[in-house]
Amino acid sequence: MSTVHPVPAGAETVLSAQGLVMKFGGITATNNVTLNLKKGARHALIGPNGAGKTTLINLLTGVLQPTEGKIILEGRDITELAPYQRVRRGMVRTFQINQLFDTLTPLETLAMTVSQHQGLGGKWWQALGSQKRATERCEQLLEQFHLTGVMAQETRVLAYGKRRLLEIAIALACEPRVLLLDEPVAGVPAGEREELLQTVAALPADVSVLLIEHDMDLVFSFANRMTVLVNGTVLTEGDPDQIANDPRVKAVYLGHGDEINDAMEVASAEGAAA
Amino acid sequence: MLTILFDGIAYGMLLFILAVGLAVTMGLMNFINLAHGAFAMVGGYITVLLMQKMGVPFLVCLPLAFLGSALLGGVLERTLYRPLYHKPHLDQVLFSIGLTFMAVATADYFIGSSQQIIQLPEWLKGRTELGQGDWMLGMGHYRLFIIAVCAALTVALQYVLTKTRFGSRLRASVDDQRVAAGMGINVNVVFLGTFAVGSGLAGLGGALGAEVLGLDPSFPLKFMIYFLIVVAVGGTSSITGPLLAALLLGIADVAGKYYIPKLGGFIVYSLMIMILIWRPQGLFVRKGGK
Amino acid sequence: MTNSPTNSQNLLLQSGRWKLWEYPLWLLALASPFVLSSHALIINEIAIVALFALSLDLILGYTGIVSLGHAAFFGMGAYSAALFAKLVMPDPLLGLAVGMAAAGLLGALCSATILRGTDLTRLMVTLGVGLILMELANKLDWLTGGADGLQGVIMGPLLGQFEFDLSGRTAAWYSITVLLLVFVVARRFVNSPFGATLKAIRDNRLRAMAIGIPVTSRLAVVYTVAAALAGAAGALLAQTTGFASLDVFEFHRSADVMLILVVGGVGWLYGGVVGAIVFKLMQDAISSITPQYWTFWIGLFLVVLVLVGRERLIRPWTWMRRGSMGSKS
Repeated sequence: MSTVHPVPAGAETVLSAQGLVMKFGGITATNNVTLNLKKGARHALIGPNGAGKTTLINLLTGVLQPTEGKIILEGRDITELAPYQRVRRGMVRTFQINQLFDTLTPLETLAMTVSQHQGLGGKWWQALGSQKRATERCEQLLEQFHLTGVMAQETRVLAYGKRRLLEIAIALACEPRVLLLDEPVAGVPAGEREELLQTVAALPADVSVLLIEHDMDLVFSFANRMTVLVNGTVLTEGDPDQIANDPRVKAVYLGHGDEINDAMEVASAEGAAA
Repeated sequence: MLTILFDGIAYGMLLFILAVGLAVTMGLMNFINLAHGAFAMVGGYITVLLMQKMGVPFLVCLPLAFLGSALLGGVLERTLYRPLYHKPHLDQVLFSIGLTFMAVATADYFIGSSQQIIQLPEWLKGRTELGQGDWMLGMGHYRLFIIAVCAALTVALQYVLTKTRFGSRLRASVDDQRVAAGMGINVNVVFLGTFAVGSGLAGLGGALGAEVLGLDPSFPLKFMIYFLIVVAVGGTSSITGPLLAALLLGIADVAGKYYIPKLGGFIVYSLMIMILIWRPQGLFVRKGGK
Repeated sequence: MTNSPTNSQNLLLQSGRWKLWEYPLWLLALASPFVLSSHALIINEIAIVALFALSLDLILGYTGIVSLGHAAFFGMGAYSAALFAKLVMPDPLLGLAVGMAAAGLLGALCSATILRGTDLTRLMVTLGVGLILMELANKLDWLTGGADGLQGVIMGPLLGQFEFDLSGRTAAWYSITVLLLVFVVARRFVNSPFGATLKAIRDNRLRAMAIGIPVTSRLAVVYTVAAALAGAAGALLAQTTGFASLDVFEFHRSADVMLILVVGGVGWLYGGVVGAIVFKLMQDAISSITPQYWTFWIGLFLVVLVLVGRERLIRPWTWMRRGSMGSKS
């Protein structure tokens, strides 16, 4: 039923989290998580609330420093790198709660981001908008994300759906090779979801995407690989059909306490799944 | 040398009483209140005026200074400060500087710009000396008095914070305002009470300190940095943090001015900057301070 | 259906373009020392304060950092330029450069301290630096003249041609020209990609980091530049008044310049100029009555300004169509 292409056989791993552990005082938010993202993948990270999905994203992007474990991006260990350095290496994220620049317009926001990524961010003498290559890319993005009509309005007056689109457009303006989407359709009114979903579906095939999402329709129509995270531990990983039919996963979502505990013990015993 | 230590401790305890109100209200309301010194000045002037114009004895003036400043603090909190709690820090800074300027100018106009002299009662003048030579400890009686009063207040504060209902409500509100309100704690009352007491303590400190630190209209501006140092270095999540910071500051300042008079306050400011670079959240914070 | 390339480009370039009313404004400003020559002294003061406020705008308006010690750089520039004129050579332009360099260096050093910590820590550190410099200037009296200040700074002719005359016309013209030059450069700066990243940092530092902007180094650069410009203002003061005194480091200066900027409007570059004009004219009028009154009214004004809300009182950015940003709530 899935229209998603399966992961090509033998695809290389572009992003690898190995044995990540995150402890806040007495709480273990992330417990020995290993996750491998293949090139061109549409990999979904699912799990109940509080499972530690956003924490994992924060670890991958460098907002948090892991208590243990390593992160490898395109073959290089980035565990020690600052967030902005990881972005420079091609890994970009979006935020579950919009993180936008309220006093800038979408045009200015994207122009700034594109300029930054075309290496013009340090130029202080030229005017923003005078570089044709940057402006053209900017217009492409505005077009792609249906923001052309509102491009000259300050971000703080935009409707929520448009803000969400801008949130993702900013990430794309960074020309990512690895894109981490944190609940892209969260809070988007039904009328504006289609727009957003189409844009997410139309992402370039060579960009590797890790998607956190609760909307199962979106997940199953988008993903070709899924990891289930519960209480900071990887429960299981596999392709959509496997996951859909896994009784442990069903138990997690339907909330059968004992089955969850059993499932967790088995998962820990098996070590890093898949 | 022991005398220097003694003087430094007296100075530090005084600073603590002056600054503790600021530390708590900053932790509680996340409000940068640069006008805190003005409340201290008010307490000092209340004492001076009562003693000079109405012959009120010194010891009676102290609680009156506390009450006067506390009252002023309570009124201002309710009317002026409360609408500003959610404003950005820039606005709070501008506002409190404005209040300070107004206070300074008013004092200058009505009372004059000269230093105020306080006539201490006879039993507080004088000095006791223990030991001899390098290890002599010279204890001015007034400084001894200051240490005693401030220590008693510190113990009382700690008791209120840890053993009373108001104290636990205060601590809850500092930790998480929204949750505290959701639990039925009247956050407005907590704020009002805390701000009033904090200002009152500042007023008491101003009264106590008039003899030691000097009292003139520029007091709030001169000592603002010291109060801020105590808060920034000591953190806002406890009162032991600011206590230790104040003691450290007091001793460093007195010792610095004695041993290297050429550099004077320079030492204290540099020390502060270095501490804040090393630990931007303050030296004595147990978790992420504000 | 796409917008033609020129449309978006136009929109972006618009904020950097000079509007029609700006040309006559600056021409008038340049002419004022000659046209209103009896007021040359106050015109000079206004230009210097405007430059000082402009330098603070780069920090406050474009990065959102609240600094209460900006006078430290102003004073550094003043004393460096004064000492240079007295001890090395009295050429004004070289002295200006020296003042800017010294203040810029200090700014670069300080930038390491202001990038970490909370609003309060930053406030403290900026305050502390100002106080340290004041102490230093006070204590190193063999160099700086201590509490008496550095007297007898006699400047050579500007560009070898124009003598500083007693009426102050040359001085005023000098200050206004420097102000204009800085303004032009600052204008380009804030409308460049670099400037845009600064606004991004101001609006949402987290996201700025998440799109690859090296926040720390950007802030350090801006802070250094702003410090150098404040130093330029200080140097101008020392050069045009002939002496430097401890009050250049006073907290009052830092507080006043912040007030000026807030009154004029933060974040649109003209804020400093507008605020300086308003402030200086009012100060001249009111403080001749009594000095205490001035402090009181300033204080009252600040209190009212904040209670009423900065935006409701003054909204200068609406005058500039899609110009740079106005005050932020």
